[in-house]
Amino acid sequence: MSNFISDISLQINLVDIVLLTILIVVAVAVIRVRDLFEAVVLLGIFSLLSACIFTTLDAVDVAFTEAAVGAGISTVLFLATLTLTAREEKAQYSHSWSGFIVCTLTGGALIYGTLDMPHFGDPDAPIHQHVAPRYIVESPEEIGVPNMVTSVLASYRGYDTLGETTVIFTAGLTVLLLLRRDRRSHNRIASPPTAETTDRRGSHVMHHAMVLRVMSKLFIPLILLFALYVQFHGDFGPGGGFQAGVIFAAAFVLYALIYGVEAAQRVAPPARVQVFVALGLLLYIGTGLASLFAGGNFLEYKVLAHEASHGEHIGILFIELGVGITVAAVIINTFFYFAGRGRA
Amino acid sequence: MSQILGLYNYWIVILLMMAGFYNVIARGNLIKKLIGLNIFQTSVFLLYISMGKVEGGTAPIVAEGMATYSNPLPHVLILTAIVVGIATTSVGLSLVIRIREAYDTIEEDEIQQLDEGP
Amino acid sequence: MIAAHLPILQIILPLLAAPICVLIRPQKFVWPFVLIVSWATLGLAAMMLNQVLLSGPISYALGGWEAPWGIEYRVDLLNAFVILLVALIGAVVLTYAPESVKREIDGDRQPYFYAAFLLCLTGLLGICITGDAFNVFVFLEISSLSTYGLISLGRDRRALTAAYNYLILGTIGATFILIGIGLMYMMTGTLNMADLASRLQGVNHTRTIQVAFAFLSVGLTLKLALFPLHIWLPNAYTYAPSVVTAFIAATATKVSVYVFLRFVFTIFGADFAFGTMHIDYLLLPLALAGIFVASAVAIYQSNLKRLLAYSSVAQIGYIMLGISFGTITGLTAGIVHLFNHALMKGALFLAVGSIFLRINSVQLDDLSGLGKRLPVTSFAFVLAGLGLIGVPLTVGFISKWYLLLAAIEAGWWPVAVLVLISSLMALVYIWRFVETAYFRPVPDDAPPVSEAPLLMQIPMWLLIALAIGLGVQTSLTAGIAQRAALWLLAGAP
Repeated sequence: MSNFISDISLQINLVDIVLLTILIVVAVAVIRVRDLFEAVVLLGIFSLLSACIFTTLDAVDVAFTEAAVGAGISTVLFLATLTLTAREEKAQYSHSWSGFIVCTLTGGALIYGTLDMPHFGDPDAPIHQHVAPRYIVESPEEIGVPNMVTSVLASYRGYDTLGETTVIFTAGLTVLLLLRRDRRSHNRIASPPTAETTDRRGSHVMHHAMVLRVMSKLFIPLILLFALYVQFHGDFGPGGGFQAGVIFAAAFVLYALIYGVEAAQRVAPPARVQVFVALGLLLYIGTGLASLFAGGNFLEYKVLAHEASHGEHIGILFIELGVGITVAAVIINTFFYFAGRGRA
Repeated sequence: MSQILGLYNYWIVILLMMAGFYNVIARGNLIKKLIGLNIFQTSVFLLYISMGKVEGGTAPIVAEGMATYSNPLPHVLILTAIVVGIATTSVGLSLVIRIREAYDTIEEDEIQQLDEGP
Repeated sequence: MIAAHLPILQIILPLLAAPICVLIRPQKFVWPFVLIVSWATLGLAAMMLNQVLLSGPISYALGGWEAPWGIEYRVDLLNAFVILLVALIGAVVLTYAPESVKREIDGDRQPYFYAAFLLCLTGLLGICITGDAFNVFVFLEISSLSTYGLISLGRDRRALTAAYNYLILGTIGATFILIGIGLMYMMTGTLNMADLASRLQGVNHTRTIQVAFAFLSVGLTLKLALFPLHIWLPNAYTYAPSVVTAFIAATATKVSVYVFLRFVFTIFGADFAFGTMHIDYLLLPLALAGIFVASAVAIYQSNLKRLLAYSSVAQIGYIMLGISFGTITGLTAGIVHLFNHALMKGALFLAVGSIFLRINSVQLDDLSGLGKRLPVTSFAFVLAGLGLIGVPLTVGFISKWYLLLAAIEAGWWPVAVLVLISSLMALVYIWRFVETAYFRPVPDDAPPVSEAPLLMQIPMWLLIALAIGLGVQTSLTAGIAQRAALWLLAGAP
């Protein structure tokens, strides 16, 4: 039996090593290619491979998020930027020696630092002895949620997650400050588009792509449904508000890509989406304040109900919903602002 | 030998970090720099997740018949860090778009010339 | 209830206000709302400092989870002091803001501008108050992302490239910090600062922790703009809107200095940082080089904002010089200068904002005879400038005094002499303004201008009054700084 287990772990180790080696190849290729489009695609591949490695390292939630964000949203944003800027990188005449030296020194320092590290997978490493054992042993009882990542993320370190939601909010705000067109200069984003422009755009975008249009009609509701599943199933399996928000937004991005941005904006006017950006964050803070008024500390969910674990459930439900709303709204609007920029 | 096997993961991750880092500091194209930054950050995520792995462990979701779980804390930290990463990328790309509109180029040296030139 | 939850209210108040800003209609109510929030935040900060002075450090368990399993807020004298500073500058700058913002930022964007400003304030306060290493990173990114946005709103297109460069360098810095925190976590299993401090004792000798220390130091010196990692700073300060420059110049780098102090002294401990890692061997020369190079560059600037930006790099050199002594007097000098420089630079940049509002330029060549055209603002600039030089009866003198004392105490006479010489360089660059404003004639074609409105004058003079008042009544700031320095060196978390 023990032999069998070590065989499996050896295999996983092997998968790991192979994947890591491919990653190196991709990273070097990114440095070398001059076509930015290729570089972006390679970056997407890099993210996807990383997600695979995260899975082999048991980090399923992280893998899910990396795949959705790194390979999904980030690639879309990079491609949108490329269409607005340039596709080719200017020829780089010389290799940067100073950059190379800085990297060698930094990398060398890090390798020096690894020499006293606990070995990979070592169960006696300090991080497996202190703090984490409580999450693993007691969280299923204390929080009542099987997914320990959700317990830590939403409850033990729920405040970090509030910070994370604030980061998203901040990014959304900053993108708006940078890319939203002023009302004075023909603001297509704020004003509802006329039927003519929509038709023209629509025919321009993907009028002939019948298959895509039909399939999207089928897929978009499914994607939205899946988003809801991820949103509310995060307690049990991988997933949660963040991933759900990304998937929810992906449905809108798909709709916009196929039917045109104007059509998508009629479904979700940016001004209204902006309200949801704020509401999600307010819902999160509100949950924290509710526990404050119920006599606990900020974000102490157990005071929200008579039974501690019931309170935890309520708290986690609300904050995950807050995260989901803000994330979905920010991504939808960010996409709109990026897409709206090219059509001045 | 055990040293090499035990640290191999970390060494590769460090190489990846440096590949990304090099792209950030040595390249003059503004988009290329952001791509490098992404690789740099993703590699740091790999460092964190690697340290959370327990030999013979499984994903930290309670399951029947499982006694050993990998450490959930690094996963939580990296979920936050991924979000911070995409936030930075989206702001960076917005800046690139605006820079392109203002300068008509996204190459660092050309921008410098335009700012210094007559 | 407020007393029991002070630490969290300190952060939640401005954080809660940011999304509300976005929702407020009509938009003309946004600024009054933000103003009330910022002064209430300052009130909370004052209450908190008072509480710490009366009854010692405060600990607050977020989510009710005790440390190290949950995130802890921990307020001691040092961070209560820095929080008061940040909240003060925030309230003062926001009071000053509306006219300047109307002038420099499009009407549509103003509510979002104020929301971003509040987020930046929240981020900076959150960095200071937390007792959790990873939480520092999260709030660092909140403040950084909003800062990139705020800087990019400058009217010159170079504001965009300045923001982009700051984004790249700032993210590299943050990633280095993330690596450092990760390595510390790897060797100890904890993220709580107090817990880290005690557990690091056992693994201090490992190469991993030494590398963690190096990465944290480099990342933080990048954020706090220590020479030669200051390259993001001059353009960012020069091209950002006036109020943004005033705010970040007075707070952002100071908060990074605070984090540096927290990591080096509270978490790693002075013995490790100075005894094992010899951080002073690196810090001292860099601080001195920064003082001299940046002061020299400042002298040759033709843009007033840029001149002050380089002066900031030099002043950060003084702060880090004090810290590099690793003694009580040295640390007192560093901490007190952190506070004093914030007051002086805040006042100077507010004066520059008023000048820009009326003259529409901050090029020295356009400011000939400014002493006659805007006598009040020019006088304010000169008064605050005297502080930078270190003239007695200003706060700047107190900083220099402690710095000299620390150098002499350590027996480093040459350093003391160098500090005195560098003060002369400050005199030269402040003199350039004096010479332009008071000794050059008003150009014949200069249209008559009036002083900036009272709402901008009062906040500016408030900072100047503090910069002089606290220079006369030294016990307040220097007293707290000294106690904080004692506390840091005692190694008590």
